[in-house]
Amino acid sequence: MSGARRLVPSGDATRCVGAGQCVLTAPEVFDQDDDGTVVVLAEEVDESYRALLAEAAYLCPASAISFAEHG
Amino acid sequence: MNEDNDTSALPELPMTRECPYHPPAGYEQLRAIGPVTRVRQFDGRPVWAVTGHLETRELLSSPHMSVNRFHPNFPMPIPALTQLQSPRTPAIGALIRTDPPEHTRQRRDILPSFTLKKIAVLKPRIEQIVEDRLDAILAKGPTVDLVEEYTKPAVAMVLSQLLGVPFADREYFEDLTYRRFDPAQVVDALSDLTDYLAQLLRAKETEPGDGLLDDLVGKVLAGELDRDELVKYALVLVIAGQETTANTIALSVLTLLEHPDQLALLLDDPSLWPNAVEELLRFLAITGGLSRVATADITIGDLTIRDGDGLIFLNPGANRDEAQFDRPNELDVRRTVRNHLTFGFGIHQCIGQNLARVELEVALRRLFARIPALALAAPMEQIPMRQGLVFGLAELPVTW
Ligand code: HEM
Ligand code: SF4
Repeated sequence: MSGARRLVPSGDATRCVGAGQCVLTAPEVFDQDDDGTVVVLAEEVDESYRALLAEAAYLCPASAISFAEHG
Repeated sequence: MNEDNDTSALPELPMTRECPYHPPAGYEQLRAIGPVTRVRQFDGRPVWAVTGHLETRELLSSPHMSVNRFHPNFPMPIPALTQLQSPRTPAIGALIRTDPPEHTRQRRDILPSFTLKKIAVLKPRIEQIVEDRLDAILAKGPTVDLVEEYTKPAVAMVLSQLLGVPFADREYFEDLTYRRFDPAQVVDALSDLTDYLAQLLRAKETEPGDGLLDDLVGKVLAGELDRDELVKYALVLVIAGQETTANTIALSVLTLLEHPDQLALLLDDPSLWPNAVEELLRFLAITGGLSRVATADITIGDLTIRDGDGLIFLNPGANRDEAQFDRPNELDVRRTVRNHLTFGFGIHQCIGQNLARVELEVALRRLFARIPALALAAPMEQIPMRQGLVFGLAELPVTW
């Protein structure tokens, strides 16, 4: 059942170049630390975020955004 | 490029724009040959020209792309760049011209000053700067050169706010950042700007203010950053942030005046502006000719780029790739696409992009709100263009 599926977003701060595309795309999921690099705000999100997470991963210029599936 | 050195039959770069708001027609012809294809530079050396959207993303984010301009095959996209290699301008070395790990460290140094939160704090000041310039234009009109009276000074003032240039030095700073930035004076202007910034930083060590330079002067005092390196950062921010932004605003005004149906949509619904800014960025893409040299063999499609090959990325062409964009040559302020390559891609993607977005949005929205009857004061064909690494209009006469 797809409603029960959880997505686990991740942002790799060591690769991040601080372009902010992820924050502009999914502000509930990603933010920037004071040092300018990515922080992940939500440990897990539901299926409805799939398109946004995919968009953030696609727009990130440094290939720092990805997400995994749970359950 | 492989062993073949006879380049005479290849298409030649640079190409120039026939219309101010379209890329050179030749970019489309290049992409028709191939999204990555061989061309000849003005000096006769062969290089790969990249005009495909997918290929640009893939190559610019490859770890095997270097910006080392001392490599013998490093491209020279336009002849005028030779003068900027002058020994008198050694300071243009930071960020845009460094590879990891040096690049990573430099980018991390200035990144805290460019977060979306920092830009949001700057926004009211940008609004104030823009309103003040509009007051001045309205007092001077009803005919002005928008480049000289609006876009250049407004962007220079935003830069001085960002950096933390004292109010008393604004005039001098503007002279250095744009009035003297023509080919005849640029080398002197850059060396004066370098001297000015070095002197300013010394003053800030004892009297800190609230700009990017002030944020970083603490690092200098703590021995974590070299003062000369901070001067280099400031210099690259001026060089990368002034002309690009000012030219994009002026060209956006011209483009909207020439697309009255699109402008009408915006006047009708100002909430469309942020979206329109993104489309104008895609459509206008005033930066072409990002240069790289490959540091390993790279396979792209059925081609192999060899270790040591030079590449020039023609991003205005990639933004018109029909494989990626529907009706790419049409300006459509309602389309919601954010994957244009106007700010580049990969680790060098523009660090000032979110500042530029705010500057464009505020400068355009307020201009048309306060002067809704704005019109060109000369036919578009007579408006002088400035071809170059950063495309622009030499002037933009408007009236109301
Ligand atoms: C519409 C305006 C702008 C455009 C079109 C633009 C375009 C670009 C592009 C294409 C690059 C990548 C160059 C490459 O990969 O070789 C770049 C990098 C850069 N831009 Fe911008 N830019 C704009 C505004 C700004 C502003 C406002 C600033 C700062 C005040 C700025 C600062 C920089 C810096 C420092 C880099 C180098 C980043 C690095 O190498 O890591 N730019 N810009
Ligand atoms: S989009 Fe990528 S590079 Fe930009 S802030 Fe997010 S993780 Fe960092």
